[in-house]
Amino acid sequence: MDAVLDGGFVVRWLTAAAGLVEREAERLTELDSAIGDADHGANMQRGFAAVVKTVDTRPPGTPGAVLIAAGRQLISTVGGASGPLYGTLLRRAGKSLGEAPQVTVGELQTALRAGVKSVQELGGSAPGDKTMLDALVPGVEALATSFEAAAGAAEQGARDTVPMLARKGRASYLGERSIGHQDPGATSSALLFAALAEAAR
Amino acid sequence: MLINVPETVVADALRGMAAAHPELVVDVENRVVVRRDAPVAGKVALLSGGGSGHEPLHGGFVGPGMLDAACPGEVFTSPVPDQMVRAAAAVDSGRGVLFVVKNYTGDVLNFRMAAELAEDEGVQVATVLVDDDVAVTDSTFTAGRRGTGATLFVEKIAGAAAEEGMPLERVEALARQVVAGSRSFGVALSACSTPAKGGPTFELPDGQLELGVGIHGEPGRERRGMMTSREIAEVALEAVLEDLPPRLPVLVLVNGAGATPLLELYGFAAEVHRVLDERRVPVARTLVGNYVTSLDMAGCSVTLCQADEELLRLWDAPVQTAGLRWGR
Repeated sequence: MDAVLDGGFVVRWLTAAAGLVEREAERLTELDSAIGDADHGANMQRGFAAVVKTVDTRPPGTPGAVLIAAGRQLISTVGGASGPLYGTLLRRAGKSLGEAPQVTVGELQTALRAGVKSVQELGGSAPGDKTMLDALVPGVEALATSFEAAAGAAEQGARDTVPMLARKGRASYLGERSIGHQDPGATSSALLFAALAEAAR
Repeated sequence: MLINVPETVVADALRGMAAAHPELVVDVENRVVVRRDAPVAGKVALLSGGGSGHEPLHGGFVGPGMLDAACPGEVFTSPVPDQMVRAAAAVDSGRGVLFVVKNYTGDVLNFRMAAELAEDEGVQVATVLVDDDVAVTDSTFTAGRRGTGATLFVEKIAGAAAEEGMPLERVEALARQVVAGSRSFGVALSACSTPAKGGPTFELPDGQLELGVGIHGEPGRERRGMMTSREIAEVALEAVLEDLPPRLPVLVLVNGAGATPLLELYGFAAEVHRVLDERRVPVARTLVGNYVTSLDMAGCSVTLCQADEELLRLWDAPVQTAGLRWGR
């Protein structure tokens, strides 16, 4: 918990996230075609590729500035619901970190918690609705233990969406038929935490 | 599929649109379609947008009497706020801009962000949400009804109102009146394939149909064995009329999903009229064709819009767009 994180760490995190999204794009699209509209993989891929381009070409900044830039880029690139939601998550977390050149894991956790709260407000959803939140909330909470624990908790959270009934987003149109499928948004959210663990290794 | 590569499908279509329609300004790079004479002095502007794959919606409805601008997103993905902000700045004459938004989570979120940003730049924005699809139960446990065929009625009628010089509040009120009086129901005979996936986005076995399908292939109320055109018309109109028993004559849209021939759509229109006659619902106007499509899906939808004399007059007003054209 005492590790100190700088802007370079956040860049490594986002780059790792882009790599994981690239690798898992087909799976995300597959999950999305079961209960959505089969574009989640392509959208996330486009978004995170643009994020990497942005953070690579900018002069290295504070962790907050990197997250804000990444969030803005997602909002401007992705479209769909995931653009504003992931964009808001990162932007709000970045704002919460302020201008500190280095932050602790505890501060990152607080910032991400603020980001998750904004996602909750924007989407009008709560944990248990079979959305991104079902991976984000346990992931953020487990950050108190370790990055690896957070990755595990988010992954478990995504798997836990399988028996849930979707109440928000496009999957909610399915009603009962959404049961039995893993939520693509929760799945990509878990990738963010897997990337965080990867960047910390 | 008749494409080059999946990544450039939307840009390629926009380049084609620019080539075919010199009366439009098509910004391929920034994904904005604007009528060439915009901003039209003294006129409220209408702006819409949404995922691509529903053509001619929305770009095909840009022109005098309908939209001032359209923002196409990726296939089945809402556009991003930057597009709407750019388009709003291009079409605002100072009398304000009405955003016509289909009720999907992505569209709602991106248009909401765009409205805030455009207002920061001094553009007055009003937003109307279109949610006409009765196949979805409107409750706090869903994202609400989806926006489908009624979008055409909203864009045409509010567009005519704006063309007449009505103020933003009045154009918005008329758009809301159209939404409140419109209901739709769609049926898929086959799934659609997105370029990104390269195959069907959902499984619909031969000989089966999906009742209440969404325009992105979202599942509907139930799946049944093949039915006749007459039976489909009965089921679809039953759902529509049960939800909103008409008190006024109706505008009827018999809409093709993309891969159903006009021959079949006209046959379906006959059945729709037969059912409405039986229920003693007077029909004021009927439009048949592919207007709010779902890529290569086979199927149809029917939308009814209750029209008082003012709505009917605005519906009949001239319109000159790539996808809808009549009058002078």
